[in-house]
Amino acid sequence: MTQAPERYVGGGVPRKEDPALVTGRANWTDNIKLPGMLHIAFLRSPFAHAKITNLDVSAALEQPGVVAAFTGEDLASEWGEGAQEAEQGPGYTLSTGGGQSNDVEVSETEQPEDASSEETSQDDEAFSFCAWVVTEDMKNPTHWPVARGEVNYTGDAVAVVVATDRYKAQDALEYIEVDYEPMTPAVDVERAMEEGAPLVHEDLGTNECFTWTLATGDIDDAFDKADVVVRERYVQQRLIPNAIEPRATVAAREPGHGGFVVYTSTQIPHIAKSVLSTACGIPEQKVRVVAPDVGGGFGSKLNVYSEEAICLVLARRLGAPIKWVEDRSENYQTTTHGRGQVQHLEMAADSEGRILGLRVRLLADMGAHLQLLTPGIPVLGAFMFPGVYTFGAYDFECKGVFTNLTPTDAYRGAGRPEAAYAIERMMDALAREVGISPVEARRRNFYEPFDEPTDTPAGIQYDSMNMQATLDRVLELADYDSLREEQQRRRDANDPMQLGIGFSTWTEISGLAPSQVNAALGLGGAGWEAASVRILPSGKVEVVTGTSPHGQGHETSWSQIAADVIGVAPDEVEVLHGDTDVSPLGRDTYGSRSLAVGGIAVHLVCERVMDKAKKIAAHMMEASEEDIEFSGGKFSVAGSPDQSTTIQQVAGAAFMAGSLPEGMEPGLNENYVYDPPNFTFPFGAHICVTEVDTETGKVRIRDYFAVDDCGPVINPIIVDGQLHGGLAQGIAQALYEGARFDEDGTLTTSSMVDYMIPGAPELPNFTLDRTVTPSPSNPLGVKGVGEAGTIGAPQAVINSICDALAPMGVHNIDMPALPMRVWQTIQDAKGDADARGGVAQ
Amino acid sequence: MIPVAFDYEVADSVDHAIELLGQHGEESKLIAGGHSLIPLMRLRLAAPTVLIDLDRLEDLRYVRDEGDYLSIGALTRHRDVHNNPLVQEHCGILGYTAGLLGDPSVQHRGTLGGTLAHGDPAGDMPSVMCALEGTLVAQGPDGERTIPALEFFKDYFFTDLAEQEVITEVRVPKLGSNTGWSYKKFSRRSQDWAVVGVAAVVEKDNGSISSARIGLTSMGNTPLRASAVEEALSGAGTDQVAEAANSADEGTSPGTDDAASSEFRRHLARVWTRRAVEEALGR
Ligand SMILES: Cc1cc2nc3c(=O)[nH]c(=O)nc-3n(C[C@H](O)[C@H](O)[C@H](O)COP(=O)(O)OP(=O)(O)OC[C@H]3O[C@@H](n4cnc5c(N)ncnc54)[C@H](O)[C@@H]3O)c2cc1C
Repeated sequence: MTQAPERYVGGGVPRKEDPALVTGRANWTDNIKLPGMLHIAFLRSPFAHAKITNLDVSAALEQPGVVAAFTGEDLASEWGEGAQEAEQGPGYTLSTGGGQSNDVEVSETEQPEDASSEETSQDDEAFSFCAWVVTEDMKNPTHWPVARGEVNYTGDAVAVVVATDRYKAQDALEYIEVDYEPMTPAVDVERAMEEGAPLVHEDLGTNECFTWTLATGDIDDAFDKADVVVRERYVQQRLIPNAIEPRATVAAREPGHGGFVVYTSTQIPHIAKSVLSTACGIPEQKVRVVAPDVGGGFGSKLNVYSEEAICLVLARRLGAPIKWVEDRSENYQTTTHGRGQVQHLEMAADSEGRILGLRVRLLADMGAHLQLLTPGIPVLGAFMFPGVYTFGAYDFECKGVFTNLTPTDAYRGAGRPEAAYAIERMMDALAREVGISPVEARRRNFYEPFDEPTDTPAGIQYDSMNMQATLDRVLELADYDSLREEQQRRRDANDPMQLGIGFSTWTEISGLAPSQVNAALGLGGAGWEAASVRILPSGKVEVVTGTSPHGQGHETSWSQIAADVIGVAPDEVEVLHGDTDVSPLGRDTYGSRSLAVGGIAVHLVCERVMDKAKKIAAHMMEASEEDIEFSGGKFSVAGSPDQSTTIQQVAGAAFMAGSLPEGMEPGLNENYVYDPPNFTFPFGAHICVTEVDTETGKVRIRDYFAVDDCGPVINPIIVDGQLHGGLAQGIAQALYEGARFDEDGTLTTSSMVDYMIPGAPELPNFTLDRTVTPSPSNPLGVKGVGEAGTIGAPQAVINSICDALAPMGVHNIDMPALPMRVWQTIQDAKGDADARGGVAQ
Repeated sequence: MIPVAFDYEVADSVDHAIELLGQHGEESKLIAGGHSLIPLMRLRLAAPTVLIDLDRLEDLRYVRDEGDYLSIGALTRHRDVHNNPLVQEHCGILGYTAGLLGDPSVQHRGTLGGTLAHGDPAGDMPSVMCALEGTLVAQGPDGERTIPALEFFKDYFFTDLAEQEVITEVRVPKLGSNTGWSYKKFSRRSQDWAVVGVAAVVEKDNGSISSARIGLTSMGNTPLRASAVEEALSGAGTDQVAEAANSADEGTSPGTDDAASSEFRRHLARVWTRRAVEEALGR
């Protein structure tokens, strides 16, 4: 028996997940092959907005290997409550088309009784996967899984072909006859809000999805009193998430029990179970969802998609397992995009640079229809625009806007990178306006360090914060003064390669979420997390978690947490997840919630089971429970050191149940559902050092210094990994990535050749350090870290470039700062300077 | 990303490949490393019905010293060109550039003959071959012929190669000790295609330039030579480089795309030509 040391938490335990991943033994959805399985492929719209005037799949049916082909009308009877009544033929039945339509409004929970749901319920047809109703009058247009009559973005599904293999399905698509009557698309959020703009959904009469507001303090007074007012417009370009594994789904009847299993590459098997059950009209207890190994999600798999539902209804309709694996082109066009905002900010400050008030006006691009959380993403961000600064008045308004583009939704950071970027760019603008350094502007507005919940201008409470410590440390790490000296030398020498030093002092809201807050914000889904533990007769441990890791390393971190409480080694703990039959209760993985909610549930359930184990140990040693001490996997009796029993012996006794305390249930099994009292708020201070080639506009990140605080660290290897990946994605937004569409709404960055995901050569060696400020929100004091880098980085990079080019008069550069844009910005600034010079003469 | 179905034949000699090309006609395509052709097939931009695989022709992988020049088998992979000691010693620009094509996995599959036959004006090797004034050897049903690189590239993805011809060898001059070279590739990411590339081969003579040959990547429908710069540099002092480089975009017709406007490409060609010639002078 190995004697376990006291603590694994905090140690760099190597990830349990890695051997299978790096040796190609992971179980991806595409590896799943079921007997008689059929494959589907989608015909997708080449137009961003068009009426389908003619659609005929009959020639496709004649193609080799083709089993069936369906239009949106053919599948109309599959959706919603009435669908379970639909004919369920074993073997392959070809569609007869038509079928009755059903009145369905899909939402995870009952929608609030309000004007909008009344309106939609008057529609005899409604269908949406959206679960976040941000305002009572939010518009939630119907979007059929396969289009009926109209397509609303390039890539919208027009027909689906079922064949005996993937290639045959794809080939047959070319035989589908379809005529479109193109309509003018709305392809830009600002223009979509103009009078007379083409309407994405004509029946709505507007492209405005909602207007959401938040106001605290007296904003007019703040601006009246201001010595300085700073106004800026920033653009958050759309990003394409790029998980290495695209979406993939296999749906099948479960032999023997009349239900269905859906294997799908998702972050949210539990949510998918509820949503798919409602969408496809299958009772919830008859749907099992399994997330096998999932090759990344970054928010793009925090969704329930049409294609998953189509696999399920076709498995029901055809009686055969159905597989769909997205290809990369489809992934770019049809998996949700991230960001997509135009931000207008106004800041009022006094002459010393102290902020008095902040006004934020956002236009948020929803895309063509609402996916699971689409409208909620900018709303989540609303709470974070004040950043790490305390001031008196805040006035926020966001309009959600429909466009004929791919729907947007969560992407690593989801609303918070947009907010952190805006406020941190504003702080540099403020510093410039007041004539103080960016460091000083920040320091003057920081909160005094605190470790108890503290009110913010956005009306929430931050849990704990010490910005001063992170900023001091990052200045020291970067050797800030000598960087400024080098910058001056290069400026004096007129070096074509200029040096930039950019700051980001940021916080974010992580650990979704107290269920009451979700409900108050209209999010149709609770925010608790569940865990179970079973100490097996051998003393080995099974931990069941409701989180659904897809790269985060929960198997390792949860093992460490359990191992410390139970007194075993992490290798003796198996973490089970990702299958709604195995872990029936769960709220899944997103929003940097897993540790701060799910990890805490694991900790608490292990404590709960150990309370019981202690009672059994006391009984076994005939001692009183109060005298039992536990350490290193051993129970002993205070004062009689030779009397002890191990957790393994206790587990055996609990299982055999031959002699248990009076009335005690056998076994060491417990459940815990943990609902957090507050979010957690990690924070940090970053410095990005860039070299900007002023002749070509090319930017190189020479160094990146990041001091982060996510409270106590469970596993430093994993936390550093999260930071590296997150920083890379943040840098990617700042310098490289951006989905671009042409005037027709066609995605021009449609492959990895054109969409600029940076590779290792584009990234610097990150210099990381930490401070530790525990959160009062949970017993481990931990905060989320999964999105920290992505939230902290973009503004550090852009501030750095603007700092390098400040002597040329450059103050703003839109992301991504690719060479041509940087070069063009320099040319424009030179032009402005020449023009000013001309006037002066 | 799902190609159309095709048949597959393996050529066991160059003659066999030519015979197969004749047999299957227009719809067939040679495949070497596949790193240009397969992406096109996956996007269904190319849909050959038969692929004729050259990749097992091991006797077309070599580098030989032929006195004045090096001859390189058409199937030699980029990585092997990059690592070859003869290439490194006598034609550094070719080996250096082979190490810039995409990433290591591309370099371990792609071939010198393949990248030239592909005729992509954004390819790096075509402009390097033009600056070197190298030669290609092609074999067809009527025998073998040599084609100067400067005459090989006809238009966008279109070369002088006839339907049944196979490139068998590539010849490049050995550069003397007075010859400096540089290939400057401007790309958005380090492993990207060139937004603009400049290949400079410069003959030095006692502190001045006796002649310069400048090849341009991505500045038109084919690789180009910056002849105005070449003229200005002929017999020029090293202090005249900056001014000469200002005419690098003369006679070019660069396109506009997501990576760069035509105006930006012209600007980059000027800056990059100056830097390339300066680097060549120092080498
Ligand atoms: C991710 C990626 C990045 C890349 N980056 C770059 C880059 O930065 N710069 C660059 O220049 N290239 C780049 N390439 C292209 C790469 O250099 C290819 O290897 C090369 O262009 C083609 O060589 P191949 O042997 O793979 O040719 P294949 O793809 O096999 O063939 C290409 C074409 O040439 C024909 N062909 C091949 N061999 C012969 C022959 N011996 N005789 C006659 N015709 C023949 C084929 O029929 C086909 O039409 C990149 C490729 C990829 C996939």
